[in-house]
Amino acid sequence: MQIARVIGDVVATCKDEALTGLRLLIVQPLAPDRRPAGRPLVAVDSVGAGVGEDVFFVRGKEASFPFYPVEPPVDAGIVGIVDYWHVESPKL
Amino acid sequence: MQLAKVVGTVVSTQKHRKFEGAKLLLVQPLGLDNAPRGHALLAVDGVGAGVHDQVLIVLEGRAAADVLGRPATPVDAAIVGIVDAVELEARGHL
Repeated sequence: MQIARVIGDVVATCKDEALTGLRLLIVQPLAPDRRPAGRPLVAVDSVGAGVGEDVFFVRGKEASFPFYPVEPPVDAGIVGIVDYWHVESPKL
Repeated sequence: MQLAKVVGTVVSTQKHRKFEGAKLLLVQPLGLDNAPRGHALLAVDGVGAGVHDQVLIVLEGRAAADVLGRPATPVDAAIVGIVDAVELEARGHL
């Protein structure tokens, strides 16, 4: 999993049936020093996250687990909202 | 599995229910030279690790869910061991 900031959302009308009703958010992964790390991506939301919040997301098939028994075709999913995080040595 | 160093802690109240009670730690994967390798990531802790510990992590969903003892948890990384020591042969012949 990675920590990321929600920086936007995506609206798609024509999509896989299993994606109906799911919220698609654009997230920017963060490094321990809180700077952007890598490219932004689209993740499906299962915890009610919103733009501007720090979240953590899971990659891979596991991203569909919160929607069981529906199995939406997703590869990244937000599974928690970060209240705060503390880093001991941001250089590392 | 990979070697990593625990660099931070994360607190989250609103999260998937299967994470309840799980400890979330920020870990930085390490190369064999102990230098950071790739992006830091968030792992659930199954062994009672703490900041500054060198640890062994799995980066695979099924294995990570096993650490929590909860099948079908939406998790992809977990700490499965605390490293006491790493011994390497001389690397010249590798």
